[in-house]
Amino acid sequence: MIRFSEVYKRYPNQHEALSGLSFELEKGEMAFLTGHSGAGKSTLLKLIALIERSSHGQVWVNNQNLTRLPKWKIPYYRRKIGLVFQDHNLLHDRTVFDNVALPLIIAGENHREIGRRVRAALDKVGLLGKERSLPIALSGGEQQRVGIARAVVNRPPVLLADEPTGNLDPDLSREIMFLFEQFNQVGVTVFIASHDLELINSMSHRQITLHQGRLA
Amino acid sequence: MLKLNIHNYFLRHLQVMLYSLGQLWRTPAATTMTVLVIGIALALPAGLYVLLKNVEQVSSQWDEASQISLFLHHNTPDQRGKQLAEQLLTWPDINAVHYQSAKDSLAEFRDLSGLDSLLDTLPDNPLPPVIIIQPEASQHENEALQSLLDRLQNMQEVELAKLDMEWLQRLRSINEAGERGISILAILLSLSVLLVIGNTIRLAILNRQTEIRVIKLVGGTNAFVRRPFLYTGFWYGLLGGAIAWLTLLLTLLFVSGPVNRLASLYDSQFTLNWLGGQMFIALPLFGLVLGVLGAWLAVGRHLNDIEPT
Repeated sequence: MIRFSEVYKRYPNQHEALSGLSFELEKGEMAFLTGHSGAGKSTLLKLIALIERSSHGQVWVNNQNLTRLPKWKIPYYRRKIGLVFQDHNLLHDRTVFDNVALPLIIAGENHREIGRRVRAALDKVGLLGKERSLPIALSGGEQQRVGIARAVVNRPPVLLADEPTGNLDPDLSREIMFLFEQFNQVGVTVFIASHDLELINSMSHRQITLHQGRLA
Repeated sequence: MLKLNIHNYFLRHLQVMLYSLGQLWRTPAATTMTVLVIGIALALPAGLYVLLKNVEQVSSQWDEASQISLFLHHNTPDQRGKQLAEQLLTWPDINAVHYQSAKDSLAEFRDLSGLDSLLDTLPDNPLPPVIIIQPEASQHENEALQSLLDRLQNMQEVELAKLDMEWLQRLRSINEAGERGISILAILLSLSVLLVIGNTIRLAILNRQTEIRVIKLVGGTNAFVRRPFLYTGFWYGLLGGAIAWLTLLLTLLFVSGPVNRLASLYDSQFTLNWLGGQMFIALPLFGLVLGVLGAWLAVGRHLNDIEPT
């Protein structure tokens, strides 16, 4: 599903974030991406989400060569990738419902379908009663679950998360990880960057560890 | 399925359109100021255009009234003068004639000038008999008039044939210069409307950078990001155009009383024509075109700078 082949990423300041990285994630697999801060975890996820492009080497996602994807196709590609961030990236002037509905509105879904799928996604993350709230009125864990609902609402085959539990206490972190496992169980490929080793080690999933831009 | 998509597409546009209007409604002070600036900038050239059109209308009325004065030789007897006038009336390019004897001319001059006592001291009447000629309406082209004038000038009894046109030509030149001036003013003010809208939209974009980043992260195209800003420009332009129309209406209502009184003093049929219907369509239309264009330019410049990081 996700394949890196000899991927280098060098930033304009000559810092090399990834050096000749190769690995592959199967369809329907769930894996953790670990390593110290600065090891290249975020850069790796940005390459998959096409927020950055590789300097060298090739990235394949869902049988698509990202190196060759023209710029105007990026939005359509991103609609098939669910993204979850440490700081949620929610819009604070819109309700929970409107935040989760955003990817569907962008994709041009019709009104009834949007309502149905937003409620289904909120139900799955346990926030069905909060659809009229503003994000600011929710706790950190709840905000993160809104972020997850938004990431899965258009049923992407791939779900990426960058430190999704970074700001949460251990119990909430465990709940969030459990949520990701549930999505994985229905066939979604899940790839989570995290340095919460204690939590990760308690779960039986593959770990990809980076050290200075290479596999450790 | 396609039909459904098209239906969704228009529904989506309608939603964005109303959403943009709602956004403007929520910041009434800022919106009002921007709309007023646009309205005034559009009203000024529109008002001058209306003024110009009215002057043109008046001068075309005078055009109809252009006449030729035929000054006969001093010693032409009244009998011959009247005969000549009747003869001229048979010419196809002459509509009407009026013979004024030297005595009549003197009486008229006495009336108008008030120089009674001075005129009494003259040994004899210095004024010639005159035939005033109204050319046929179709003969108002410059060349036809000139040829008529030449033929009249060459007649034996005629001392001088004079067409009262020079001042009309001057007025036309002034009008033409005014028209060009207004065109330039209109272009400059349109440009300023474009800049005002562009700058307002630029600020709106900067205010919503976070939102734009998030939209791009979840798969929003540039067109999707651009759309609400284009509709914001659309509303600014449309409302500005409406304000311009209202400004024009009020201004002309304000001046129409004195202008019509002035016209009636000159015995003119003229009434102020403020082109209300024409402007009612033209101003908002022109405004919204400028609005969308200004927004487009602003979004185009800034959209690519805002990418998720």
